[in-house]
Amino acid sequence: MRTSVLAFVLLNAAGLADGVSANDNYVLVPGGEFKSALKYEDTQGKVAVASFELMRTPVTNAQFLDFVRKNPPWQRGKVVPVFAEARYLAHWSTPLQLATHATQQQPVVNVSWFAASAYCEAGGARLPTWGEWEYSAAADGTRRDARSDPAWREQILGWYAKPSNAPLSPVGQSPANVYGVQDLHGLVWEWTEDYASMLVSADNRAQGEQDRLKFCGAGAIAMDDRENYAVLMRVAMLSAMEAANITSNLGFRCAKSLP
Amino acid sequence: MKIFICAALLLFSGVALAARPLPDDSIYQLQDSFFNQDGEAFQLASRRGKPQLVAMFYTSCKYICPLIIDSGRGVDHALSPAERSGLQVLLVSLDPARDDVAALDYIASKRKLDRSRWTLARTEKSGVRKTAALLGVRYRELADGEFNHSSALILLDADGRVLARTEKIGAVPDQEFLAKVKAALAQP
Repeated sequence: MRTSVLAFVLLNAAGLADGVSANDNYVLVPGGEFKSALKYEDTQGKVAVASFELMRTPVTNAQFLDFVRKNPPWQRGKVVPVFAEARYLAHWSTPLQLATHATQQQPVVNVSWFAASAYCEAGGARLPTWGEWEYSAAADGTRRDARSDPAWREQILGWYAKPSNAPLSPVGQSPANVYGVQDLHGLVWEWTEDYASMLVSADNRAQGEQDRLKFCGAGAIAMDDRENYAVLMRVAMLSAMEAANITSNLGFRCAKSLP
Repeated sequence: MKIFICAALLLFSGVALAARPLPDDSIYQLQDSFFNQDGEAFQLASRRGKPQLVAMFYTSCKYICPLIIDSGRGVDHALSPAERSGLQVLLVSLDPARDDVAALDYIASKRKLDRSRWTLARTEKSGVRKTAALLGVRYRELADGEFNHSSALILLDADGRVLARTEKIGAVPDQEFLAKVKAALAQP
């Protein structure tokens, strides 16, 4: 009897999880001042983050499939190359069908920045800024900023050290952080609204006259927190992307400003 | 009668041009709404028909942005009157919060821009991000409201495909880029 009650509860929980993840599910992230790992010349790395809402988990294949069904210009084969390169959604079996290696609850990958932005806009949302993403990702289960804890850093680096050819886990398997947000580390890279603005690869201080003119205003930014390899890897990867690019481990989640 | 046929042909060819689908590598695929310095709404696809110089700027910028206007002018001045009449210039603001239509109008007047060919435009924040992505312009808003941005002048063909770009900004045009502008304008 006890076993069957437990089974019933588990079944119910599974049903609930399915129902919840079929919709975009946001949590409130209260704002605050934050020291970014990126040392911007104008702010010395201090970023004021206003309160905002962030999706609890990355967008799944199922959610993205629902979006392309309703928005045919974003289907594989229909999307124009200025918005997404040819390998867009290449892991799905057809433009409107997932595959055994692209299941409903896995995070969607192989999506361009334009496609990710369009998904969020269709839901009245936007991509999070880098500042919002980094701020949320600094938290662990009990602290809003766990970054100075060597054990926390080790744990995150451990996730990044996992081989990337293993199938992606379903979303929502990792413990929620203090805001209730999951999977910020250890599952996929994520697009941010302003991914193109980190300018890390374009440090213009050491170059000639012509290159100094390339950037107007307060030139280059630098890395402030050289111990935070996990964040630095993410910044380096995102900075190397163009907005139509896709990769097999880059997904996204959406954010909303508070009214 | 002959005139009538000519007019009908012109009309027909005009319709045929408009009906031809936009090339899928055209940046005019972007469907966001823009406003020009005269307050008129438009989409990028309405710019079809003539080659175009495009750049991003913002009106309160003290240093490089005036140079961006100078760069467009520099290209203009290096063209013959016939060539010049075939070229349009589109400058899109990075700063939608401050660059309203009135601010764009003010700069268009102050810099005495030829409004029949030059357009200063604004779009919402998400449109700015997408336009910058399509043009390969990288920018970040600074704490003091200025922008850190890469400066580029981009040449589009009559259908909005990128033909050339230069990051040599200033009143003296980049000769290699200028040659590509002239070549584009020589196309029938």
